[in-house]
Amino acid sequence: MTKKLIVIGAGMATGRMLETLVEAGAEYDITLINGEPRGNYNRIMLSPVLSGEKTYAEIITHDDAWYTEANITTRFGCFVDTVDRDAKTVKLHNGEVLPYDKLVFGTGSNPFMIPLPGHDLDGVIAYRDLEDTQRMMDLGPDHKCVVIGGGLLGLEAAAGMAARGVDVTVVHIMGHLMERQLDEAAGYLLRRALLDKGITVKCSANSSEILGEDGHVRALLLDDGTELPCDLLVMAVGIRPNVKLAQDAGLAVGKGIHVDDQMLTSDANILAVGECVEHDGAIFGLVAPLYDQAKVAAQTLMEQPAIFVQKELSTKLKVTGCDLFSAGDFADGEGREDIVFRDPARGVYRRLVIMDNMVIGAVMYGDTADSNWFFGLIRDKTDISDMRDTLIFGPAYQGGTPLDPLAAVAALPRDAEICGCNGICKGQIEDAIAAGASDLGAIKATTKASASCGTCTGLVEQVLAVTLGDDFIIPAAASMCGCTDMTHEDVRRMIKSQRLTSMPAVWQECGWKTPDGCPSCRPALNFYLLADWPLEYQDDPQSRFINERKHANIQKDGTYSVVPRMWGGITTPSELRAIADAADKYMVPTVKVTGGQRIDLLGVKGEDLPAIWSDLNAAGMVSGYAYSKGLRTVKTCVGTDHCRFGTQDSTGLGIKLEKTLHGAWTPHKLKLGVSGCPRNCAEATCKDIGIVCVDSGYQISIGGAAGMDVKETELLCQVPTEEDAILVIKAITQLYRENAKYLDRIYKWMAKVGLDWIKDRVAAERDALVERFELSQTIYRHDPWADHVQKQADRYQPLANLSLEAAE
Amino acid sequence: MTDWIDIAPLEDIPPRGARMIKTPLGCVAVFRTADDQVFALDNACPHKAGPLAEGIVHGTSVTCPLHNWVISLETGEAQGADEGRVATYPARVDGGRILLDRTFLQARSAA
Ligand code: SRM
Ligand SMILES: Cc1cc2nc3c(=O)[nH]c(=O)nc-3n(C[C@H](O)[C@H](O)[C@H](O)COP(=O)(O)OP(=O)(O)OC[C@H]3O[C@@H](n4cnc5c(N)ncnc54)[C@H](O)[C@@H]3O)c2cc1C
Ligand code: SF4
Ligand code: FES
Repeated sequence: MTKKLIVIGAGMATGRMLETLVEAGAEYDITLINGEPRGNYNRIMLSPVLSGEKTYAEIITHDDAWYTEANITTRFGCFVDTVDRDAKTVKLHNGEVLPYDKLVFGTGSNPFMIPLPGHDLDGVIAYRDLEDTQRMMDLGPDHKCVVIGGGLLGLEAAAGMAARGVDVTVVHIMGHLMERQLDEAAGYLLRRALLDKGITVKCSANSSEILGEDGHVRALLLDDGTELPCDLLVMAVGIRPNVKLAQDAGLAVGKGIHVDDQMLTSDANILAVGECVEHDGAIFGLVAPLYDQAKVAAQTLMEQPAIFVQKELSTKLKVTGCDLFSAGDFADGEGREDIVFRDPARGVYRRLVIMDNMVIGAVMYGDTADSNWFFGLIRDKTDISDMRDTLIFGPAYQGGTPLDPLAAVAALPRDAEICGCNGICKGQIEDAIAAGASDLGAIKATTKASASCGTCTGLVEQVLAVTLGDDFIIPAAASMCGCTDMTHEDVRRMIKSQRLTSMPAVWQECGWKTPDGCPSCRPALNFYLLADWPLEYQDDPQSRFINERKHANIQKDGTYSVVPRMWGGITTPSELRAIADAADKYMVPTVKVTGGQRIDLLGVKGEDLPAIWSDLNAAGMVSGYAYSKGLRTVKTCVGTDHCRFGTQDSTGLGIKLEKTLHGAWTPHKLKLGVSGCPRNCAEATCKDIGIVCVDSGYQISIGGAAGMDVKETELLCQVPTEEDAILVIKAITQLYRENAKYLDRIYKWMAKVGLDWIKDRVAAERDALVERFELSQTIYRHDPWADHVQKQADRYQPLANLSLEAAE
Repeated sequence: MTDWIDIAPLEDIPPRGARMIKTPLGCVAVFRTADDQVFALDNACPHKAGPLAEGIVHGTSVTCPLHNWVISLETGEAQGADEGRVATYPARVDGGRILLDRTFLQARSAA
């Protein structure tokens, strides 16, 4: 008698297995049971159905005629409830009991639903089957949808709905999209493409609750308090192998149903294929390995020898216009090297990870035409030593085209602003060149571009080079670091004009040659981004030098120094007592009066920092930022309070300035001095900004220094009131923040742009500069010590203490 | 046989960051790169024993906070013109946890 084969689940894996059995004419009496009310269809094509590029009819893989022809009995829309392995029967939900000789589990996976409050409201769905797809398609334009999960499924759902006019927001818990398949740079490009499709993307966002109204979803609440209204909420955060039935039947089950290389479960009459299995510790979420499993299972059923081997996998996203590809292992690691290629003009990013002369991983964005070739290299472990130099350009370019450093500039649109001072766009410069201007001088004369502060000179020259080709040779300018060919000034201008608000954005658009920068460009970029986009950009402690990361100065023996603020050099007996107590309590070896009118506690252990800060905070003191490229000290003299020559309240002004500028990050450190009269006891004329009080008002001068170079300040302006003085000083500080190169003190910056330019700008734009400064200060004017004590004190402790472990 | 000790969850170290762990024979720095690889090295720069855990992590290197030597996280070797090397220890991530090789501790106590 023909043996009876029962197959549970009409999914992608069992579909392929049945095809193989039928084609080989296997001698089985087959019954196919499926919970979904339909037969096998191409589940992965649900996304094109959702976006309207395909219809459901087009993605059916096996229709009724096929089953009839193949002589397969079908039971669709019917779940298997139990399996009795002793009796060798399965029991269906409708009560029917069917006997088997061989049984195959192909039950797939269940979408994982985060158990947030409200996850059981109507309108909260997963993305797994045709019913889910239909729910999304029914939504229609002018509705709002939130998708939780920025992985493959979530993004396909989002793009599909966006294509139908739905207002979609993607909420992703990680820092960049598809973090398991993509690195940051590719994640950035993907995000940009989705934004262009009108999709809102929120990364590093934590969902806290789903809000409902009359039993139906109304909004998603994030843990920062943001409410995202929605009519439908799709959770696409992952899948779990569907093992319940197998587990109840007593089969060996771990994360999935355990199978061996022949796809046999712990019961020799039962096989399993697809996402429900666990093979050699691995579970599966893409179809390629499932097809291999399906073939092996069919062969095992036909008693032919076969072995399932896990292979390299690759991922593509099925969203029109987002060409990305990732394969293999693209993490950094021992003995691994990166080859990175970026073509900002075309939005292309490619990264290959090489080990032992083989490609072991690849991430590509923008141009994935060669992805199969690269995937072949990974799969076949091809030795690439002979083509290493040109490898990254793909198979067609084995002759090699050099990377074009001007691509970024060539890619700029005509309305990209090049010269910020004079509001000159790239198009105007191109027009001037067309009208005959052939060098920088001519451009300056005809358009005024680069004629003011000059920081855009590099870009103007690059526009010349791009437009004139070989007729223009760019004078060599020092690039920011080995990671890029662009100068600090060029990069800064790109950040502003192209609205680059994250480091991966800068790396991509400015053609960085390393995956994630170096200790010389990262701190600079971190400053530029936070100065230019105070609201959008999140400060990155990992791109700061240790002193700024830990808010204390590291000493040569790895201890730290702690300097609390003494506003304007004024202190009180109780502050001094608290400092003395702290010095005793934390056994501070050295207490020193600094050159900046305050007290330094030197030699504090890293682990004690949060505790000593907390004590100083309790006595009303805050961080003195003695470690920062930011506001350091405002040195004052006693002024009218006590001195017989004092003309204005220099101490009071110093305190006001320190309190208002405190917390501001600047290109280099910023020191101020306020003297009560021209005798200048506060040495104001060798500070970055110096104020000398006179009878008629306040003389504000800038560009002093008394370190490696000694410079006297030069007069910026004289103002009549204290209020004016504070406004001018905020304005000049902001102008410095917005324009100077990282690590230029004011005097160095002034030597480049000229005092006259600074004077003009401060005079013309004082209030706007002050406004931007204040906006930034709403975020940065705070005490980092209190912050760290509260939120990350444990970061200062060892990650683990194994002293005891080893003693055992 | 490698005997792995569970140290801490991976997220206790920020990407491109490091934390220090104490052992009876000095401190070991555990690094996490941008793509979630972990490395364990002696927390003492071959130059003047600078605390490497406080450096800036870039690619698979760290730059020492004291005088900017660049140390490879993979080999412990100083890069470029500088010469020197710090000991490295097997480390890996499994199920979101950082694991270190127990034998390294013993090797250290034996030394
Ligand atoms: C603590 C202090 C010396 C003291 O005991 O008085 C000091 C200590 C350091 N100074 Fe200073 N400077 C101190 C006042 C000064 C002064 C005097 C002043 O501010 O009135 C100057 C000259 C004025 C000036 O800045 O123009 C000064 C010019 C420098 C320079 C040279 C800057 C320049 O642009 O030429 C550096 C190096 C740098 O910043 O790159 C420097 C760097 C340093 C560093 C941060 C070196 C470093 O990177 O580790 C020292 C940290 C020691 C530590 O571990 O805490 N220090 N340093 C003073 C702290 C003042 C404060 O309360 O915050
Ligand atoms: C929208 C979407 C897009 C995707 N895109 C891709 C892609 O681009 N590339 C890629 O490689 N993969 C993609 N996948 C993943 C791929 O679809 C799955 O890996 C594949 O479908 C799994 O096949 P399977 O046979 O294991 O399970 P499934 O195809 O899920 O089939 C399992 C079937 O078993 C039925 N079943 C479960 N329990 C019982 C029971 N007790 N009784 C009866 N029937 C039962 C279920 O109803 C279901 O129909 C995508 C998935 C989705 C949802
Ligand atoms: S003068 Fe030199 S040695 Fe003295 S504190 Fe300043 S940086 Fe250190
Ligand atoms: S101690 Fe590390 S570079 Fe000097």
